[in-house]
Amino acid sequence: MGVHTGDSVTVAPQMTLPDEAYQELRDAAISVIRAVGVDTGGSNIQFARSRETGEVRVIEMNPRVSRSSALASKATGYPIAKVAARLAVGYTLDEIPNDLTGTTPASFEPTLDYVVVKFPRFAFEKFPGADRTLGTQMKSVGETMGIGRTFAEAYLKAFRSRELDAGAATPWQTLAEMPEDVHPFFQRELERIHAAIATIGDVESLVAGDWLRLKRLGLSDAQIATAAGTTETAVRQRRRDCGVRPAYRRVDSCAGEVEANSNYYYSTWGEADEAPPTGTKPRVVILGSGPNRIGQGIEFDYCCVHAVTTYRELGFEAVMVNCNPETVSTDYDTSDRLYFEPLDTESVLAICEREKPDGVVIQFGGQTPLKLARVIEDAGWKILGTPFDAVDLAEDRERFAGLLKAHGLRSPEWGIAATPDETVEIAERIGYPVLVRPSYVLGGRAMRVCYTAEEVREMPPFERILVDRFVEHAVEVDVDALCDGVDTYVAAVMQHVEEAGVHSGDSACVLPAPSLSFAQSQEIAHVVRVLGRALGVVGLLNVQLAVTGDGDVYILEANPRASRTVPFVSKATGLELVRAACRLALGARIAELGLPQERPPRQWSVKAAVLPFARFPGSDPVLGPEMRSTGEVMASAAELSTALDKAERAAGRRLPRSGSVFISIREPDHQQAVPIAATLVGLGFELYATEGTAATLAAAGIAVEPVRKLSEATDGEPTVVDLIRRGRCDLVINTPEGRDARSDGYAIREAALTRRVPCITTLSGAAAAVHAIASARAEQAVSLQDRIDAERRSA
Amino acid sequence: MTGYLALADGTVWHGESVGADGHALGEAVFTTGMSGYQEAVTDPSFEDQLICFTAPMVGNYGVAEERSESSRTHARAVLMREARGPEWTDWLREHGLVGLTGIDTRSLVLHLREAGAAPGIAVAGKLPVEDAVELARQQPPMLGRSLIAGVSIAEPYVFAPDGRVSIGVVDYGVKNSVLRRLAKADAAVTVYPHDASADDLAKHDGVLLSPGPGDPEPLVTETATVKELLGRTHVLGICLGHQLIAQATGLETYKLPFGHRGANHPVLERRTGRVLVTSQNHGFAVRSSEAAEASHVSLYDGTVEGLELPELWARSLQFHPEAGPGPHDAWPLLEGWVEEVAAAHA
Repeated sequence: MGVHTGDSVTVAPQMTLPDEAYQELRDAAISVIRAVGVDTGGSNIQFARSRETGEVRVIEMNPRVSRSSALASKATGYPIAKVAARLAVGYTLDEIPNDLTGTTPASFEPTLDYVVVKFPRFAFEKFPGADRTLGTQMKSVGETMGIGRTFAEAYLKAFRSRELDAGAATPWQTLAEMPEDVHPFFQRELERIHAAIATIGDVESLVAGDWLRLKRLGLSDAQIATAAGTTETAVRQRRRDCGVRPAYRRVDSCAGEVEANSNYYYSTWGEADEAPPTGTKPRVVILGSGPNRIGQGIEFDYCCVHAVTTYRELGFEAVMVNCNPETVSTDYDTSDRLYFEPLDTESVLAICEREKPDGVVIQFGGQTPLKLARVIEDAGWKILGTPFDAVDLAEDRERFAGLLKAHGLRSPEWGIAATPDETVEIAERIGYPVLVRPSYVLGGRAMRVCYTAEEVREMPPFERILVDRFVEHAVEVDVDALCDGVDTYVAAVMQHVEEAGVHSGDSACVLPAPSLSFAQSQEIAHVVRVLGRALGVVGLLNVQLAVTGDGDVYILEANPRASRTVPFVSKATGLELVRAACRLALGARIAELGLPQERPPRQWSVKAAVLPFARFPGSDPVLGPEMRSTGEVMASAAELSTALDKAERAAGRRLPRSGSVFISIREPDHQQAVPIAATLVGLGFELYATEGTAATLAAAGIAVEPVRKLSEATDGEPTVVDLIRRGRCDLVINTPEGRDARSDGYAIREAALTRRVPCITTLSGAAAAVHAIASARAEQAVSLQDRIDAERRSA
Repeated sequence: MTGYLALADGTVWHGESVGADGHALGEAVFTTGMSGYQEAVTDPSFEDQLICFTAPMVGNYGVAEERSESSRTHARAVLMREARGPEWTDWLREHGLVGLTGIDTRSLVLHLREAGAAPGIAVAGKLPVEDAVELARQQPPMLGRSLIAGVSIAEPYVFAPDGRVSIGVVDYGVKNSVLRRLAKADAAVTVYPHDASADDLAKHDGVLLSPGPGDPEPLVTETATVKELLGRTHVLGICLGHQLIAQATGLETYKLPFGHRGANHPVLERRTGRVLVTSQNHGFAVRSSEAAEASHVSLYDGTVEGLELPELWARSLQFHPEAGPGPHDAWPLLEGWVEEVAAAHA
């Protein structure tokens, strides 16, 4: 109690209440629904019940489907929103069939013969300084769900499904870590797990009964291996030699009472395997993307769902594996069969063994399936589309650099260092500024742009440090393309609004790219074509590039898989990229896909990041090389400025039309702020600026009122922070300086965040915003379908 | 100690014993309620049955005396996927119930669903499987079995002395929840043995024919008593009581393949069009007949869930309005009947 439900570990069915207490809550729920006056549809009611006295309190009531309804739907196999939609158009519960049984009505309340545990997925490591205490403000960014026949089994599945990154900071970090005051029942269940782990010695001495005992408790092969000091492969081999393999059971909403041809499965141990697949169609297993997290969100579920649909249309049986209850891919009616299972080696190999797929699809679930590619191939299963070696080629820096060199493609100079001295040495060789980061991380963790040797030395030590030349003043470009191994189709060339150094996932992104000349676009397309063929990509390819003022094109990275921007591009262009990629993976050539001619779309589309800073007070709300956005919005319009304005509005950052703007720009960029400030004054805005910026602007003849920084505060005179707090600023433009001014900049941004004033932390972002303020206009809304139709007609 | 369940068809289901030693004979049935294990095993309607709980874990919240639905256990054994103790398992031992954990309950349920509720034996000990199967086969089938004499009382007693109406309850295996709900509705309650006479019962403002175990068909005397009683006072039948009213009015009863046992069955109340989520526990049902249209129908399989016989001042329900365990949706039916009786005698 006191922790937001979204951040709580949740269990179904309830485990600790006797029937009379359970029914009391059921009665109370019905009373609340009647009292609130819900006629049809879903409702969610949260209760608190005293463990000592049994006293019950209603915490809140949502007369609508909620996050909990999504979870409850997956947990029970009872599709709450689907039923609610039918109720809304006038059906009654007894008239709506239960999909899973086909014979019983929706008035049959679901009953569970398994246990479900939901785990929140946190990302505190992305928000240094943020308060990690859980409370009424939700702080998790995603969730996992585990299904098992016992609490422990379900708990351990959900626990390991989180796929924590190295260096993750999260509650429930290890099995041993547990919040205080957990119900004694759950404490005892967890103690059981620890006790079992403690008994694990030499795996060679374990017999079938021992294996069954450990596996029934929910321990993974990997956990047993760690406890036994051996490898997961050795554990699996030994276990299988003992004849201990998982069984799959159906989620049927009725505990087996009614015959149900449910296609929704989970694994357990020591039981009969239920309804193994019998179909004669060719079969694909599609691996999902696991819990939503920063850097790997719902975009990948979009791709997976489209892949499922496509393969089904192409005559395949599509089998889905995922562990994220928030997704469409884990709806039982999305795929032919759904395995609600962790996306780890053990689970995926076991499912492949049961399904014997003609192909495994790993292109659409982000990094999660890619990490499994090698073991899937090693186990003899065919990976559809881009072979794993191409993935490895793109991800291994040395191999990738060799490939680029061999094909005459350029990338920023780079090197790998093992010590701070080496890092500086490399930085000096390739020239400042440099991008420094540990080599293993994804999503820009702990990445920093360094301008001096001192800054390089301040980096925390890592085993392998990657040093890249940081291409300054470049336009960053994101390309999504399709490739059949030989030919490449460039589907979209997007430009990042924020300058290089801001993570591509946090940067606003514009399609078509407004700053590129025709020749530059041609050059980019050429580079991507060469790269696609060189890598041997069969399916989707995403390439990030930097184009300098001189027109030099550098390849920053290549991802031979579905990228975060695939849904955006698909919606902006009307191209069904995932569908095309699936067909390529089955051997189609680009020329056979009937794709329209490559060309930029006529409408402007903008993708803008949704940033969760308000949830993490204490962390600096500034954009940087580390991705921190938890979502995105998209807007399209005939004018770029209008699209930008709409996107910002959709992301919850409404740009002002009048009022005051505070500007504080880091010293080297002062001159670049002049045209931005001039435009703002021309639009009738009043300007405030800190001393340095104010001096530059005043020198350029711009009316500006200087205001003190927090560090210059004197008695009586208001600082910029006071100004923002008093609501005197409608927009803040603040680019962070080096670490010296960090405290000042931080205080400004923090104040803006608290006061909900839009705060722009890059110059290019500011320029785009000012452009949007200046010339955005009201446009007639056009449906996506109409827009894409128009786009196609004009092609 | 290992244990197993053997069915008369020769199938064997292995587990571990967590209850009393020895073996227990009975009809293997399953219930889908997710809570209420203690209520179930003390419910007389589970007399001579081996209950398989589909709930994944059983025993989590211990035991409490007030949860028992009668003064003793009636089920002979409990079959669980994962038992939790020590309170519950100690209680099983104290009450002499065989308890097996680690049973593949879902497979057992699917088997019973296909093959029907079956005579079986739960073994906690060294009995050889062949002998156990033989014992399971030798036991009398539930079809045709009269069990109420073994669960009823010898002498009438007063459960609640005061109330606005006087209700006589015939104990064919009554649950405490029935008596408690009546008293709660402000009825004076007197409980009678199963062989009470119609004359004794007719003295009350209303008579409740209780639930109970076994096949209603062999209960010829009780059916005759009900027939004699109908029309003389208000009568409400629940479960077995409902089946007796049906038989007394010329309807037939029959054995369901594996019964209805659970807490989630939707029942349509025809008069109002409302759906009640009900607590159910019955292996037999009333055959539907054009002569007597059902007042309540199962939305699960269309079976008769209630009768209304206004000319005989009688109504009956196949499901359990008293709950215990299960949802309280049908509490108002029980209270409404007391109300109705009170109104008739006002």
